[in-house]
Amino acid sequence: MVEFFTETNLGIVLLILGQALLVIVPLLLALAFLMYADRKVWAAVQMRRGPNVVGVFGLLQSFADFLKYIVKEVVVPAGADKAVFFLAPMISFVMAVIAWVAIPWNEGWVIADLNVAILYIFAISSLEVYGVIMGGWASNSKYPFLGSLRSAAQMISYEVSIGLIIVGVIISTGSMNFGDIVNAQKGDWGLFNWYWLPHFPMLFLFFISALAETNRPPFDLPEAESELVAGYQVEYSSTPFLLFMIGELMAVVLMCALVTLLFLGGWLSPIPGLPDGILWMTLKMAAVFFIFAMVKAITPRYRYDQLMRIGWKVFLPLSLAWVVIVAFFAQYGAFGGAYARWTVGG
Amino acid sequence: MTVFDFIFYLFAITVVTAGLLTVVSKNPVHSVLWLILAFLSSAGLFVLLGAEFVAMLLIIVYVGAVAVLFLFVVMMLDVDFAELKGEMAKYMPLALLMGVIILMQLALAFGVWEQSDKAAGLRAAVTPDITETHNTAALGMLIYDDYILPFQLAGLILLVAMIGAIVLTLRHRTDIKRQDILAQMYRDPAKAMELKDVKPGQGL
Repeated sequence: MVEFFTETNLGIVLLILGQALLVIVPLLLALAFLMYADRKVWAAVQMRRGPNVVGVFGLLQSFADFLKYIVKEVVVPAGADKAVFFLAPMISFVMAVIAWVAIPWNEGWVIADLNVAILYIFAISSLEVYGVIMGGWASNSKYPFLGSLRSAAQMISYEVSIGLIIVGVIISTGSMNFGDIVNAQKGDWGLFNWYWLPHFPMLFLFFISALAETNRPPFDLPEAESELVAGYQVEYSSTPFLLFMIGELMAVVLMCALVTLLFLGGWLSPIPGLPDGILWMTLKMAAVFFIFAMVKAITPRYRYDQLMRIGWKVFLPLSLAWVVIVAFFAQYGAFGGAYARWTVGG
Repeated sequence: MTVFDFIFYLFAITVVTAGLLTVVSKNPVHSVLWLILAFLSSAGLFVLLGAEFVAMLLIIVYVGAVAVLFLFVVMMLDVDFAELKGEMAKYMPLALLMGVIILMQLALAFGVWEQSDKAAGLRAAVTPDITETHNTAALGMLIYDDYILPFQLAGLILLVAMIGAIVLTLRHRTDIKRQDILAQMYRDPAKAMELKDVKPGQGL
């Protein structure tokens, strides 16, 4: 039986399919409730009740929304480039989903244990911008096009600083594999061994860049629902719009997973002595998502020129300087080797 | 045919088809999109070769940055596609002639090509054992240890080109209003606004 799944072609394909379903189905289910949690947190901050009608405490609200989106009519604007118009939401959704093959949930619990896992995630997230550009262009309408240009410029700008922050972590670890990165954060001191302590300033920079990269408030300028139309999504309706929305939220959850893996020790337990496991990973991701939701509720929106300025003139020099500093610390073993936890090579 | 072969042919056929469609597409934006597909598939071929680092760089640099710029430029261009197509037919014979000449020149060069015995040895000498080193580490060793000077010089040339482009296009206009971010940030709310307690029915 084991041979069937590891030796024959059909078995391998079935095994990979099974693993993929095992990740995607719980993920999509979790996404429905995260959407609900997002709205509930937002409502609680503003002293509203939030969704509370569908199901107990409104728990099934996301499923009701899902059904609503599915049964609406798909409207294709006149003069739209049909193929590209429908390709854009699919790209947006597929890119958000396939990034998860490289995310480990526990020691060895990963679909593809890549040597260059971080680069893979980075490459996929740089592809997500195509969903936005293509969507805006194919709609053949002014507002979506302008919205998509703004959105794309924003995503590209913040990718640069995210990349440099990741470089600092890679230098400390000496590997681009998530398993190595998490294991490099293992130690006798529990949560004080994680990278958030030596890479403290970068945790904030990464979090803020992640907000901008995923178009979340306070950087949600492309859609800014209270002042603009919905950016590149203006002409979308029904299922294509749903795909955009799921892709966007999934990118947010992916960023939660990245923060957890890079800075918060992934599946490691925060208290020495307690067993490590997938529970810690999901708990930390949920905690980071809670902060994402809180930020949405309590911050005012940035102006577009401020957003660009902070990305290029503040975050980029800071993260670049940090890479140099980390490189020195790692080379000369500063702070008891806190910056040089090389597991391979060196 | 193994799974490996199947995937290879899948990627290879996609690269060739996408490359062809890049050239023959009527719409320039479609051309760029096909070009992106070609980049992605060739990244797949790199992965099959075991060069996953190069594959990821190809996607990040070419697809993630360069092709986005292409797409921006092409989308902004105000081109009349029909006119473009008409002109293409006009220049087709010339283009064909040039293509044939280049092909013949390449064939001539290839016909008399002799590889030095040393060249193969030199190429093999710098490659570490693939089974022992990750190719990220191997490339790092080559670029930052063995060939650091050429690599840094290449970077310097790019930097000079970048500065040149910025200097050429930078134009400080004095007749427009600008945002002074620092002045905005250091504004004191106490001085910038005044709170008045307005009694009902009286006004200020």
